[in-house]
Formats: sequence, C-alpha cells, structure tokens
Amino acid sequence: MRLLHTPSQTVGPYLSIALRGEHWPYAVPVGTPGAFWLRGRVLDGAGETIPDALVETWQADPRGRFDHPDDTRGAQPPEVPGFRGFGRSETLDGEYAIHTVKPGRVPDGAGGLQAPHLDVTILARGLLDRLVTRVYFADEAAANAEDPVLAALDPALRERLVATPSDDGYRLDLVLQGDRETVFFRV
Amino acid sequence: MTATSSDLPVYRRQDADSHPPLDWPDYESTKLRHPLNAPLDLPQRLTEVTGPLLGETALGPLDADLTRQHAGEPIGQRIVVHGRVLDDAGRPVAGTLLEIWQANAGGRYRHTRDNWPSPLDPNFSGVGRTVTDEAGRYAFTTIRPGAYPWRNHHNAWRPAHIHFSLLGRAFTQRLVTQMYFPDDPLFFQDPIMNAVPEAARPRMICAYDHDTTVPEWALGFRWDVVLRGTASTPFESELSGAADLTGDDEDEA
Repeated sequence: MRLLHTPSQTVGPYLSIALRGEHWPYAVPVGTPGAFWLRGRVLDGAGETIPDALVETWQADPRGRFDHPDDTRGAQPPEVPGFRGFGRSETLDGEYAIHTVKPGRVPDGAGGLQAPHLDVTILARGLLDRLVTRVYFADEAAANAEDPVLAALDPALRERLVATPSDDGYRLDLVLQGDRETVFFRV
Repeated sequence: MTATSSDLPVYRRQDADSHPPLDWPDYESTKLRHPLNAPLDLPQRLTEVTGPLLGETALGPLDADLTRQHAGEPIGQRIVVHGRVLDDAGRPVAGTLLEIWQANAGGRYRHTRDNWPSPLDPNFSGVGRTVTDEAGRYAFTTIRPGAYPWRNHHNAWRPAHIHFSLLGRAFTQRLVTQMYFPDDPLFFQDPIMNAVPEAARPRMICAYDHDTTVPEWALGFRWDVVLRGTASTPFESELSGAADLTGDDEDEA
C-alpha cells in the first residue's frame, strides 16, 4: 500500500532566515579551475524582478558523474575537490548567482548523451509548489542539437533554457509568467 | 557500462490530488507568479534521480534545539516536534537535510521585512536544521509559533505553522511545505492551506503525542513527511504489475 504524499506549500516571504548562507551559492569552491558565475533575474508576469525567490541548482561533475548511489555507473567521489554540485541562491539583490563549473554530458537513457545541463528548482512567495526547469549553455551548440529534452521542444522555446556567455560566466533570466515564460517541467 | 533507463529508479510523478495548483486566486501573490503554460514532462534520467546528499553537513550542536541558541530561553510554550521522513512505499529517507523556520510565540519572524507590531524575542531566531537518522527520524525542540496577520484579504491571519524544507535523496523528492497544529480555528480562512485538495490537508497537521511529551518540560507533537518514492522495483512489479503502475502515472497528468 502506498503512503499518501505530503502536500507542498509556499516557501513564503521569510525563507532567507533559514535557507540563506554564505556557502550555499558555491556548487564548487572559489579557485576551482573553470569555475564561473551563473546569474540571472527571476521575473514575474508584470516583468518585475522578484527579490524574494530562491533558485537551487543540481548537476553532474565535469566528467558527467554523480557521487550518488543511484548513479548506475557507480557513485564516484568528485574529481574536483570540494565539488558539491548543488547551489542555492536568493534573489535579494535582484539576481540569483551560482558559482559552479560546467557539468559533463550525462547519458540520455537511449544510448546517446544529453547536453551539459543543470536542473533548477525555483521557490518563492506566491509559488504554492516549486517550479522545475533546466539550464543549458549557448556555447555547447553541437551537444545541444543532440539533446533529447531540447529536441522535444518547439524551436522557439529552446533558447529560453539556454544561458548565454557573460563577463564572468553565463546569464539566464527565469520568467515565471508571460510571453517570455520559461519552459517548466513536471519531473 | 552505459546506463539505460531500465537501470534507474523511476519516481512516481507528483499527483494533483496531493498538491496545490500554482494558480490559486484566493492567494493574491500567485497572480503574477504562476506560469500560464502547463509544465512539460521531463524524463527522469541521472540528473533527476540523484541529488545532493548533504547528510554529512556540519551541524551545530544546538541546530535542532531552537530554545537553546541564545543566552536566555525564548518566551512561549516549549514543544518537541518529531517524526519520520518516508517515501511513499514506507521506506525511511535517511540522511537527508531537514531545515525549519518559524515565527516566535507572538507570531513575529526575525526578518527585516516582518514589521508588524508584535515584539521580537531576543532569545529566539526561529531557525533549525537536522539530518534524518537511519530510520528517517528527526526531532526538534522549539516553542509553539504564534499566528500572524498578513494583507492577503481583510482580517487575514496565517494559522500557526512551521516551515519545513526537505532535500530528499533525489532531485525528484525536493519538498518545501508547512506543518500546522491540530484544531487551529484559523484554518477556514487561510488560502495557502486551503489551496491543497481537502482530502490532503490533514497530512499537513501534526498530532499531539503524549508519549513524547516530557513531564514538567515540553509538549510533544508528531508529524511524518512522505516524499515521492520509486515505482520500478522488481518487488513491486511482482505485486501489482509494472503496467498498472505505468498506467497510474499517466493518469495523473
């Protein structure tokens, strides 16, 4: 018999008292070779910047591996010292900012490889449940062209998941509602 | 070895009977924040069935006791909140980070944007964290939070609650929710709780637990959290048939 799931509730306006921490944006430590900042705004349906959201990212290491027992190739401790693969950022200053490295390609389950990607959770006041999306990278055009998740999307929607190079890494705005709405997933 | 989809755990999809819709007009803040497009199904691959295992996160000795984080004790009814984190097959979710935050006994959060005229308590931060043990158990000592007003509608008050954040063991299991207290008279007018389908609302309410109540010290409350589980173990396939499980999942769309 199945137990019934605990319902989701909004993270509310005061999430920062518990979910903030100076270490959280660092999916990899300062000084990691190849590290960059992934930044962007979180926007509402009126185009206003949301200052009380939380953005979380999860990703493979640069080899495309996970230090997790359910990685069917075997859990592998990270090659990059201090690699956590998980980042978390508030948007109090108008943007989220995650310090990370580009993940390697991960099998797609059908004999191919997915393009480098991060899985993303967005939480905020006014979101009764989390939103899930993915971030890809504009300078991985060849890999992106082979990615089954991107391939399943209308071409006009694909770019909404693709971060573009910036001064210190990559940028992608996350739009919760409207004409430029981010593509959200049920996972 | 190349991973194939059959090697990976398959987490049951989130069902609409358990969770609130994102578009809920009674809760004003959803208006400009809910997506207009329906979410697309993301295949569950390695990134989705793994997740941050932060079980070895350095915890401070007082992280799970919110009544001992300052020089003095906070004002309020001292309580112990405990329970288990399980997946929907009843298996313990061990070693997962559980973070909580709450208002003080007067209903005020220690947050710069909470300015309603109820005093802060110098001895209460309202923040705790712990990691579940091998049986999925967790426990916090804290004080019972107060209700507080907000501006969603006329004379709107949030029922007393404690915020819970759970990472689970996979990206699919991530859950942020709120725990409420039994018999709160404010439930009827709270759009956040009532956005959840009626049959599922009791799952957010803890139970008074006399066995955990500590004589002459603290009242006990018990609350179990159930995260999504996997549907593809051979054991389950033998019991109920893999085809049936697949069918269930598709019906939930």
